[in-house]
Parts: sequence; structure tokens; C-alpha cells
Amino acid sequence: MSTTDQSTEAAANDTPALAESAEAASALAGAAATAPQGGSPRDYFRQYLQRIRGGEMGSLPAITGLVLLVIFFRIVHPTFGGLFNFGNMLTEGAGPVLIAMGLVFVLLLGEIDLSAGYAAGVCAMVMVRLMVGYNVPVVVSVGAALLTGVVIGLLIGLLRAKIRIPSFVVTLAFFLAFQGVALYIANNGKGQTGDIRITDNFVNGLEHDQLPVWGGWLFGAICVALYAVIKLLTQNSRRRGGLPTEPPLIIALKIGALTVGVFLAVFGLNQNRAINKTPIPQNINGKIQFVKPPALEGIPWVVPLIVALFVIWTLMLSRTRYGRHIYAVGGNEEASRRAGIAVDRVRASVFVLCSFMAAIGGIIIGSNVKSVSVSNYGGNTLLLAVGAAVIGGTSLFGGKGRMIDAIIGGAVVEVIYNGMSDLVKGTNSSSVQYVVTGLVLLLAAAVDALSRRRAGATGLA
Amino acid sequence: MADEPLLELRGVNKSFGPVHVLHDVDFTAYRGEVTALVGDNGAGKSTLVKCISGTYAIDSGEYRFEGKPVSVHSPRDASAMGIEIVYQDLALCDNLDIVQNMFLGRERTRFDLLDETSMEHSAQETLASLSVRTVKSVRQRVSSLSGGQRQTVAIAKAVLWNSKLVVLDEPTAALGVAQTAQVLDLVRRLADRGLAVVLISHNMLDVLQVSDRIATLFLGQMAATVKRSDVNQQQLVELITTGQSSSLDLGQSGALKGAHA
Repeated sequence: MSTTDQSTEAAANDTPALAESAEAASALAGAAATAPQGGSPRDYFRQYLQRIRGGEMGSLPAITGLVLLVIFFRIVHPTFGGLFNFGNMLTEGAGPVLIAMGLVFVLLLGEIDLSAGYAAGVCAMVMVRLMVGYNVPVVVSVGAALLTGVVIGLLIGLLRAKIRIPSFVVTLAFFLAFQGVALYIANNGKGQTGDIRITDNFVNGLEHDQLPVWGGWLFGAICVALYAVIKLLTQNSRRRGGLPTEPPLIIALKIGALTVGVFLAVFGLNQNRAINKTPIPQNINGKIQFVKPPALEGIPWVVPLIVALFVIWTLMLSRTRYGRHIYAVGGNEEASRRAGIAVDRVRASVFVLCSFMAAIGGIIIGSNVKSVSVSNYGGNTLLLAVGAAVIGGTSLFGGKGRMIDAIIGGAVVEVIYNGMSDLVKGTNSSSVQYVVTGLVLLLAAAVDALSRRRAGATGLA
Repeated sequence: MADEPLLELRGVNKSFGPVHVLHDVDFTAYRGEVTALVGDNGAGKSTLVKCISGTYAIDSGEYRFEGKPVSVHSPRDASAMGIEIVYQDLALCDNLDIVQNMFLGRERTRFDLLDETSMEHSAQETLASLSVRTVKSVRQRVSSLSGGQRQTVAIAKAVLWNSKLVVLDEPTAALGVAQTAQVLDLVRRLADRGLAVVLISHNMLDVLQVSDRIATLFLGQMAATVKRSDVNQQQLVELITTGQSSSLDLGQSGALKGAHA
């Protein structure tokens, strides 16, 4: 749980793209990290370097990669860094990021959920089928989708924890089966198209509507204030307990950097990022008038959704007994059992959280294209999500990882995807994307495995 | 020393199917004393410990704690009475820090959120009270600790919970010379604090160095329980390997019942 805040913020400043969610994300991660040791800012920095050398790199490789990728794509492709594309990447990456957030729970126990992509598809399909086919109110439809996620997760969790089938096999089986389930729901068992258009404004609005400009500023202010309050309260309580505290300079720097990053991102998103801003001549009541096209400005609604879920899950993982037990079981199952932790219950529960998040991710992916199509939830979506979590720094071996990893890693994956699609034109574009994303996942897994070995070898001073 | 034993097992039997592992075993541990439990491989040490910890239920016999007969059916029962077992393979989570490990499963909360400040404080106090100076920071991850430091954390965990009886299973098995000395020192200090300590070890030197009383298991029977001052290393080895010692007057201290081949 190393604090990588400064670097996150540095990265965010370089890349207005993706900064928004990653910003607020890093905020809580910092508050949640194991209390750092006291001393001067120099000691603090030295301890930080020491942790990195010991293989405890956290999100550092991902953030470095993110910065390099953004610089690279900006050079080779001028429109990449534009505000329109920034907004685009936020909404495009939101679905995989949400699924990745769920996968972090599962990965923390050293498990895997290969079915998360199609589980997302099934849940989204349940929602849209209820709304379109049966005119069920949106609240109930969305609730049913989330409930479907919980039930799926419970099923996987019980098969894993009670029957003890390896999660790889359980979820591979569901990966295959859910594709069929999603198709069946889409076609109502009659064999038709495999996708249904979303007509509901609320669901589509999650990705396509924006917070008002003032709402964006308020949201940014709330993020910063929340971070500062948590940070200062922690500091205060440690000082009262006579424990070493973080140097005030470092705290001030963190809060300052977060403020700058968040407000830069809010400022950027509050600009009109519509590509066509020139007034269009229109015939109104027989007169030709120049009408401005509707502005595209403000933070997409999905961003506060991600930030809220991020805050809740981060608090849960780092500040509750249940969260602590997830890490413990992921670190040493036998030790956890002896400490009286209900290991099986913890193991089953992470799959529930994962599929629940998959349900939300599935709805967002549907919202992004205003339609739920089985093909949008294939192995691709799942790979992006697993890739996001692992690239962000969550270990495949269990016991190590944070919610922020899903967001930072998701940003990396999205930048690659978006950048590549602009870079390689023509029919080979998607094949190149697959290969590159696959290689990046491999690289991330290698970094994970190597840093693990390094931590073992150095004994981590 | 202590008059009334803290833990007293009388005539304990334990079988697994046809295999009769413990035969009428008597075992006592006193407050403020280190009682060593020795015996060759397969003598029944682990089984006896698991009976004490509640992992196994005893088939017959009496289990008395603080003078009262109790029934212990699960590790929870045992830990509720104040019995803490420090296992050979340590049972620490490498990915958590010292504080998190010491409070694992018994985390303190305030308004349902973990009270890190209070836990860190208590962990520090406990380590200090045991004069542990080898650990730099209680926020270090356990993966960064040496074997001796890990053992120290595992033992300190037992102290933190105000345990009355601490059972240490081969605490020095994997340690170097200096670390072994540190851990033995700590074991002694536990007893000096008034805890009853049960030390299971293969190492005669360790046993002779720190224990007050030595119980020898031989093929599932209690061969002898002797005071440290009454035996030397050679007699102890004889007891472990043959179940008796020609040069030792076992008198009332509980010689082996029945003959052995």
C-alpha cells in the first residue's frame, strides 16, 4: 500500500486525459495507505525509494507507462490530446474500469474471474430486456441487473469456496455459458439479432449527459475537500496517539498537487469540446439564422459514479475489518483461518463483489453505444479489465492490490486502445490493437512476477 | 513456585481410528514457568498440542484450566480461555505489516472503521514491554522481517492478547545462533511476566537453557516430567529415545507405565 500520490498527480498534469478519475482516485489511495513513517521530508522520500527498490512498486510502472504513452501518442497524432478525445476516452474506458474494479477483489485472493465480461453482458441484457420487452421502470430494471450480478457472483463463489473447483475452471465454464445466456435473453429465445437498443434516457445519459459546469466545479471541490479532511483527520489522530506522522510539507504537497490536478481536469472538461463549434445556417420561420450547435461540455455522469464507487471500495478495503481480512486471506490463507477469519465466506464474497461491479460495468458499456449487444462483452472486454487491474499493479498472486490500480491501469489500456485506433488505419487496426494490448498485459504480469521475486530476494529493508 | 497448575491434563487419551496416539497422558503447566515438551518424532507432541489448542477433542481424560475442569472443543474455546499457540510455520501474513498481523482477526474498530492509531500504539507498547529492539518500525511488512523477527512478532501477538498460556511449537527450528538466543531470551521473559509457557523443541540445548520443567513423551506416553535442575543432557536424550533413564530416579514424577520393547 505504498503512497504513489505524487507520481499519480504528476502524471495527471501531463495528461489532461484520464486525469479526472485517476486524480480523485489517488486521493483516497493516499489516505488509505498504511501510515507512513515520520521524520523529515527527506527521510520520507528515502523510505519511498527504499520501498520501490524492494519491489514494492505499486502503480509506479503503470503511471510511468501512462505518461510515456500519452507523450508518444500526442507526438504521432495531434488530435489525440484534444479535449474531445479526452471526454471520449473517459466514457469509453468507464465500462472496463468498473469491471476491473470488481476484478481487483478477486485478484486480491489470488483468484480469477474469466466470466466477468459475459456476466456484465447478461446483467445488461436483463436490464434492457425488461425495459424494452416488458416496459419495466428503469429503477426496477437496473435493480434487476445488479441483483443478477449478485446472484451470479454468489453462484461462482459457492462453487469455488464450498465445492472447491478452481476459480479458473468455474469461471471459464461460466464464460462459455453466459455468452449463450446473454444471446438467449436478447433474442427472447426466438433466435433474432443478439442486440437490443437502449431507449431509456437515464441509462444512456450516464455516458452521454454531463454535469452542469458549476456541478463539475462543485464535484472537484468535494473530491479535494474529502481527501484533505481524511488526510488531516488521520494526521491528527496519529499525533494525539503519539505516533510518527507524515511531514506537513509532504501533506501540503499532496493536497496541493491533487487540487491542481483535479481543477485542471474539471476546467478542461468544462470547456466546450464539441468538434463542430461554428454556427450552422438554419431556416427558422422563413429566415436564415446562424444557430450554434449544442455545446458538449461538463463532466460525464459516469465519472462521479466511478469516483463514488472508488471511494466506497477503497474505504472498505483499507479501513474495515472485512477489507483487512480480504488482504489476509490473499496473503496467507492458513494464517487467516487460525486467526479466526471465516475464510470460505471471504472467498465467496469477493466473487459477489466482482459480479456486482461487472453488472454496473455492463450497463455502462451498453450506455456508451446506446445498445446492449452480446458481442460487446466478449473476451475483449474481459481482457481489457483483467489487463487494467494487473497493469495498474494488482498482483495475480493475491494479497497485493488497490482499487486505484483498476483506474490507473484502465487509463493505460484505454490510452493504448484509443491511440492505436487513430494510429493504425485500415483493416489491420483491430488486429494490431489486440496484439499490443496482449503484449502490455504480458509485460505487466512480468513486472508483477519479477517484483514479487525481488521483494523475496531483498527481504525488503 | 506456583502452587496450583494453570493447565492440567490428566489421563488424556486420543486415538485416530485404530491408532492410539496418546495413552493416559498427564501434563501440567505452571504460571511463570517454561515447561518444555520434548520427544522424538511421532511421540505425540503435536497431537498433545492440538488437544490443548482444541483442534482435536480428547477421547477421555480430564482437561483442567485454572483449577476448573473445562471442555475444549475448538480453537476458539481455547483462545477464549487465554491459550495461544505459536505455530512452527508462524501463521503470519507476509503482505501485512506487523500491527496488522498482531491484530489479525481481532482488529479494533471505531464506528466500524479500523482504529489504526490505537492498534499501532498497543503493538508498539507490547513490543517495548518485551524489550524487543530488533524491529525498526511496526509498520514494516512482515515479508521484510528476518526469521527471528517474525518469531518475535508471533510471540508478541500472544502477549498482546493477554494470554495466560502460550504454546510455542519449535520456535527456534529455523533460526541462526544469534536469533535463537534472542527468541529464547523472549521466551524466558514471557515466563517472568507470569505467563505459563509450553516450549516444544527438538533442540536439547534450548530446552536445557530456558525451561524450568521438562515433560518427555515417548510413544504416546508421558515418560517423565522432571525439573530442569534434576537432569543433564545425557539423561534427557535417554528419556527421549528409550522412555527411561537408568541414572535418573523418576520416583514419584511419573515414570512410564508398562514396558516397552
